[in-house]
Amino acid sequence: MQKGTYRVKTGFAEMFKGGVIMDVTTPEQAQIAEEAGAVAVMALERVPADIRAQGGVARMADPKRIKEIMRAVSIPVMAKCRIGHIAEARILEALGVDFVDESEVLTPADPFHHIDKWQFKVPFVCGCRDLGEACRRLAEGAAMLRTKGEAGTGNVVEAVRHMRILNDQIRRLKEMSRAELVTYAKELGAPVEILEMIQELGRLPVVNFAAGGVATPADAALMRMLGADGVFVGSGIFKSENPEKRARAIVLACTYYDDPELLAKVSEDLGEAMPGLEIEKIPEQALMQYR
Amino acid sequence: MRIGVLAVQGAVREHILSLTRLGAEAVPVRNPEDLRGLAGLVLPGGESTAQWRLLSRSGLVEPLRKALVEGLPTLGTCAGLVLLAKEITNWPERYFGVLDVAVERNATGRQVDSFEATVSVDGLGEVPAVFIRAPAIRRVGPGVKVLGEYENVPVLVQQGTLLGATFHPELTEDLRLHEFFLSLCGKE
Repeated sequence: MQKGTYRVKTGFAEMFKGGVIMDVTTPEQAQIAEEAGAVAVMALERVPADIRAQGGVARMADPKRIKEIMRAVSIPVMAKCRIGHIAEARILEALGVDFVDESEVLTPADPFHHIDKWQFKVPFVCGCRDLGEACRRLAEGAAMLRTKGEAGTGNVVEAVRHMRILNDQIRRLKEMSRAELVTYAKELGAPVEILEMIQELGRLPVVNFAAGGVATPADAALMRMLGADGVFVGSGIFKSENPEKRARAIVLACTYYDDPELLAKVSEDLGEAMPGLEIEKIPEQALMQYR
Repeated sequence: MRIGVLAVQGAVREHILSLTRLGAEAVPVRNPEDLRGLAGLVLPGGESTAQWRLLSRSGLVEPLRKALVEGLPTLGTCAGLVLLAKEITNWPERYFGVLDVAVERNATGRQVDSFEATVSVDGLGEVPAVFIRAPAIRRVGPGVKVLGEYENVPVLVQQGTLLGATFHPELTEDLRLHEFFLSLCGKE
């Protein structure tokens, strides 16, 4: 019997495909998410919109909060650690969290490195803005990827940007000769072996979700149309007027993204979405995606 | 031979790839009309609660139940097995309830306890098996054959043309279990 193998980690991520992973801050919210049809929940103390608004250092959630959420639902529970914070990641692993998100939404702990994720039994998901970042996270052992987008804004434009860039880069990679690939690896800051694997597969070797700014069923459908395997919804659900109804609608939209009539039906009468932010109005040092 | 793979959520692509490699025409099933002309059906792994809610809200439960009751050969893996089971020991819901077994959801614990191992299967020999937050089969009805066990717990069962596995054959390169399923669907 072998635990914590790469196949067990990436295979688990495959089970999320087509699904929605929702940020929750209480056991009650976790139950609403489960009942709405979430494939997993992300246990947090504050959703990204509040982290952005309140400022200060954002850290791993209180283990007590995470344990309460784990007890409240039967679906997998994820939790976030700071970039490079090996100790927070070890704590989350010890708690029995099912997936760790090494996340730019929290304040980075290591200015030089991400976590060496091969050293862990628990699988990790990491954010990326382009193919170079995706390859570096894969080299460190990430079992799942997601776009960074711009969390807590309710504005999907950055998630779309990151997905478009990734798609375009993979498309170009597929046409490249060996010599071109080596130069491209240098340009992207990506390991050659991982680029070769992606070239051969014609896609990323792990599941890739959209995250960062998804607020409506149409946003979820858009990200699926662009090739995302599923979506994370952070502040978009519990910062909206009617979380239950919106959560259900986003779950349906994620599966039936190519059925416009159904999308129209589920988008109806959801109440106010979360308040949105224009990316240009956010000072550059307050953007989370460059972390 | 046309085999449907339920495609509301989960490891759909992997099953489609395995079936295609064996020469079957594998198609995703997301709407009632996708069930037409199928020789068999696969219920893939994923989250059983999420899958069921999607099925309920998209009008697929009754058409699928009808197909199952009428004897459409079906392979359920992990969450798919939970959907087929007659009883779920640690969960208030029951789904299609056509396979006479009692299953315990997430019996192997949390993800850090997920594992891979080799399982001995009747007629196939040693098969690589990936168990992910896997259910366990706690009771087997009289009409159900246990085809494989791991540490004395059934992991693969057959009731007529219904097959249920607690592991994920679709995550490995080994195609023998899918091949066996296609033989139940009437493939020469």
